[in-house]
Amino acid sequence: MDFGRVLKEALPLLLEGLKMTVLIALISIAIGIVLGLISCLFGLSKNKVLKAISAVYIWIIRGTPMIVQAFIVFFAIPQLIQLLNPTFKLDAFTAGIITLSLNVGAYMSEIFRAGIQAVDKGQMEAARSLGLSKTQAMSKIVLPQAFKISIPPIVNQFIITVKDTSILSVIGLAEVVNKAKQYVGKTYQFFATYILVAAFYLIVISILMVVSKFVEKKFSYESESKS
Amino acid sequence: MKAKVKVRGLKKSFGENEVLKGIDIDIGEGEVVCVIGPSGSGKSTFLRCLNQLEEITDGQVIVDDFDITDKKTNINKVRENIGMVFQHFNLFPHKTVRENVMLAPVTLKKCSKQEAAEKADSLLKRVGLLDKGDAYPDELSGGQKQRVAIARSLAMDPDIMLFDEPTSALDPEMVGEVLDTMKELAAAGMTMVVVTHEMGFAREVSDRVVFMDGGYIIEQGAPKDVINNPQEERTKDFLSKVL
Repeated sequence: MDFGRVLKEALPLLLEGLKMTVLIALISIAIGIVLGLISCLFGLSKNKVLKAISAVYIWIIRGTPMIVQAFIVFFAIPQLIQLLNPTFKLDAFTAGIITLSLNVGAYMSEIFRAGIQAVDKGQMEAARSLGLSKTQAMSKIVLPQAFKISIPPIVNQFIITVKDTSILSVIGLAEVVNKAKQYVGKTYQFFATYILVAAFYLIVISILMVVSKFVEKKFSYESESKS
Repeated sequence: MKAKVKVRGLKKSFGENEVLKGIDIDIGEGEVVCVIGPSGSGKSTFLRCLNQLEEITDGQVIVDDFDITDKKTNINKVRENIGMVFQHFNLFPHKTVRENVMLAPVTLKKCSKQEAAEKADSLLKRVGLLDKGDAYPDELSGGQKQRVAIARSLAMDPDIMLFDEPTSALDPEMVGEVLDTMKELAAAGMTMVVVTHEMGFAREVSDRVVFMDGGYIIEQGAPKDVINNPQEERTKDFLSKVL
C-alpha cells in the first residue's frame, strides 16, 4: 500500500488513460445524441418501417449487456468481414466508439421520446391554433420544453456513459481501468491504484454534476433566476 | 348579416364514439354565439372542429369562404385568422408574457420583432397587464394567465375568436376580469363563439345562445328566449340544474 510510489509511477500512466476515458465518452455522447434524435424521430413518425427500425435498435441494445456488444463489435463482426476481406482490421478505439455510441443513442432515444410526450398536448394545440405549422410548433414550443424536462435523465445518461467506458477495457482500449490493470499486473499495488482510479471517476462525474446544475438553472422559467 | 362561419352536416367520431351527429349552423360577422350544454354534449368538440384542431369525420366547415375540410386549403393560413382561447390557458411556460404574445407574428413573419413587441405591449395594455410583460406565465394568477392568452390570440389580428370554457379553470374571484375582457372584445365587434357555463355572460353579452346535447343542436335563439323561456324539455332540464 505504497501511495507515494503509485503516485509517482502510475499517475502519468493513469492520466493518459483518463484522457482516453474522457475522449471516448465525449465522442460517443456526441454521436449518441445524434443517433438518439434520429431514432426518436423515427419512433414518433407515422411510417411503420422507420418505427420498426427504431424499435428493433432499442430492443437489441437494451436487451444485451454492453460487454457482449463490445465483443461482437470488436471480435465477431470483424471475423465475419474478414471472410470477404482478409486484411480487414478494426482497432479498439473505433470499436469502442461504435459500441458506446450505439448504447448512448438507444437510451437517449427513449429519453427524448419521454420528454416530448411529457409536454402537455395543449402546447401543440395552442401553437397550431395561432397558425404555426407542425414543424414550427415542434421546434419553437415542444422541443425546448421537452429538452428541459430531459436534462436530469440526460445528465444521468452522461454519467452512466463515462462509467461504461471502463467496460471497454475488455477489448484492450487503453482507458484508465485498462492502464490500471496493466500497472497492477506488474506491481501488485491494488489498493493505491484502484483507489486512485475511483477518485478519477469521482472527480470527472462531480464536474459533470456541477455543470448540469448550472444548465438546469439556466433553463428554469422564472424571471429572477435569469437576470 | 354575412355568414363568417358556415357549418353543414358536421359529424365527428372518436373511434366508435360519435360525438357530433350532424351540426348545421351559420355564424354571422360580428355575432357573439354562446354554446351551452351538459358535459359530453359535444360543444367543445364542435368548437375545436371550427379551426380543425379536431379532424372532421363528415360534413363541411367554411370559414371566411375557405373550406377548411378541403385538403387543399392551407389550414395554417386560415388559423391565423381564428384566435382560440383554451380552458387551461396553454401559455408557453418557457417564454415571457411578451414573448408569448409576440411568438406567432414573429414566427410567421407578419412583422418585425420590434413591431411585434410594440403590438404585444399594446395588447397587454388592452387586457390590463402591461406591467407583466417580462414575467413568466408561472408567476401569474389564473385570471391573468387567461387574459394573456386572449392577448396572445389577438396578436395575429384574427376576426373570429373561439373560447373553450375560458373561465372553467379559474378561481371564482378571477372569473370577472376574464369575462370583462371578453365583453370588451364583443363590444369592439369581434365574431365570437364561446363555449361556456357562465349563464350570466351568455344572457348579457351573446346575440345568440345555442343549446347542445348528445351531439345535436337542440335549441337556439336569442338569450332571453333560450335561457328564460326554453321550449325543449332537455333545455329546460339542463337550465333547471345550472341556474
